[in-house]
Amino acid sequence: MPLPVRHLLLAALGLAAVAGLLSVTGDLTALRIAAVGYTMLAVAGLQLLVGGSGQVSLGHGAFMMIGAYSMALLVLHQPTLPLAANLGVIVVVSVAAGVAVGAATARLHGPYLAGATLILAVGLPGLAHRFHAFLGGSNGLNIRTAGAPPFLDGLVTTSEWRALVVWTTVVLGLAVLATISAGRLGRRMRAIRDDETAAAMAGVPVGATKVVAFVIASAAGGLAGGLQAYVLGTVTPSSFTLVLSLTLLAALVLGGIGSLWGALWASMAIVYLDVWATDLARAANLGRNAENNLPVVFFGVVLILVLRFWPLGVHGALRSLGARLRAVRSDTSSRTPQ
Amino acid sequence: MTRPLLTVEDLSASYGAVRALCGVSLTVPERGLCAVLGANGAGKTTLLRTLTGLHRAASGRVLLADEDITPLPTEKVITRGLAHVPEGGGVVVELTVEENLRLGALWRADRRDRTTLDEVMDLFPPLAQRRAKAAATLSGGERQMLAIGRALMARPRVLLLDEPSLGLAPLITRRILDLLRDLRDRTGLTVVLVEQNAAGALSVTDHGYVLNQGSVVAEGPSAELLADDRTRHAYLGF
Repeated sequence: MPLPVRHLLLAALGLAAVAGLLSVTGDLTALRIAAVGYTMLAVAGLQLLVGGSGQVSLGHGAFMMIGAYSMALLVLHQPTLPLAANLGVIVVVSVAAGVAVGAATARLHGPYLAGATLILAVGLPGLAHRFHAFLGGSNGLNIRTAGAPPFLDGLVTTSEWRALVVWTTVVLGLAVLATISAGRLGRRMRAIRDDETAAAMAGVPVGATKVVAFVIASAAGGLAGGLQAYVLGTVTPSSFTLVLSLTLLAALVLGGIGSLWGALWASMAIVYLDVWATDLARAANLGRNAENNLPVVFFGVVLILVLRFWPLGVHGALRSLGARLRAVRSDTSSRTPQ
Repeated sequence: MTRPLLTVEDLSASYGAVRALCGVSLTVPERGLCAVLGANGAGKTTLLRTLTGLHRAASGRVLLADEDITPLPTEKVITRGLAHVPEGGGVVVELTVEENLRLGALWRADRRDRTTLDEVMDLFPPLAQRRAKAAATLSGGERQMLAIGRALMARPRVLLLDEPSLGLAPLITRRILDLLRDLRDRTGLTVVLVEQNAAGALSVTDHGYVLNQGSVVAEGPSAELLADDRTRHAYLGF
């Protein structure tokens, strides 16, 4: 079976699983499932950039912000455009932003690239305040998007419909990312990650490949941001601070660098550690301050524990567990004939 | 004499304030087998790195069959027909022998064509025997063969080798050097061999250049260099 077909099949399976999950859970969970979806797309883009091409970006949240504001502005100023067209425009806008930033930073390595992208993460939210009239300042922009189409009335709630829309986009995006990463481009990226000199000697265009990796990651981040705006119906600069970019990167490490599956564990950790910590703080009646800060502490502690005991992240741990199980099974099966 | 395939004209390169090459000129004819000799820090590796564009020349030109390749990025230089076997070989130990070889042809449009692979396997029987084994299981000499084989997979016009004898036993070094000469004689490949092992390198090459502190201090047919006592004592240390 050709690889893209297999990835699309996996995507369809994933979507079916999400639909099944949505049918047995409530409205609030539907929103959280949607949040896992768009976060996963953002982390998967980062995975391709960091795990694939070895470029560390601290500005991934900035691309989510570009996508989210694009979505809000499109809904506000071009209300007749269908959602799919909005998402298409968002991809184009994020690609353009990615080309601009990627071309400017392609010669930077390691900490210097991280520093340059850091500026983006710190500076971009300021735009919302600078162009107050257009971008709404610290209150951001509020949008209303269409819910479930009429013929599905009563079958799915608005939240469930939104979760389905998000996940359809996400699995398609992931299928594209998986195909890229398994193909020639992905191989070139990994060659550059391992050794830029050796890659150049093997005829890999180093600069161009690094920019392409950056652009793909930006597109995934922007699309994720657009989906977030669609689900939440609001975009504010405070959702896209440096903390978001750092969280995405930390979650990627937690989930496991190098595989798109790591992005799934990462996004679940981002969404659910926050939920659990908030619930815990509420249950223990710790007050507003603790409630706001406990999720961050929780995330940090889990990150430290995971890296202490599973240095390759959750996915790395699962993989070595699977390898050990297979070894045990082949061990017993090879012993039985004797 | 056939026309020069690789011409280096007045090439200079530096690392910051340190001059590593000061106006090096050399010519390598088609089917030539040329040695570049010199002590540590003489600029041999820098010369190769500048030829392939890994290091930018401060001034001077590199011509490959009349085309000026000095301004090209490494990945373009490689496609013009220069293949570089780096110091130590740099084989990927996690991959099998065959995978390592196929890496050398990745940039070629006809990389699925197996004829070059078969030719390289014929050239190096030890590699053919171990084609499905991880490169980690190879001996030092076999790894060097693999590195050379990988460079040949790109079907280069000029093969650049950086100290292929490094870390190898004298007997293995001899085999690798003989193999290079054999390769040139059979396939008509042009070879530039950078070596510290001057006696060994001069015994298989036709022409030699001696670098000292970034400049060519002696050149001539290998047999003459080998016979010239002053050069030998002054620069080659034997």
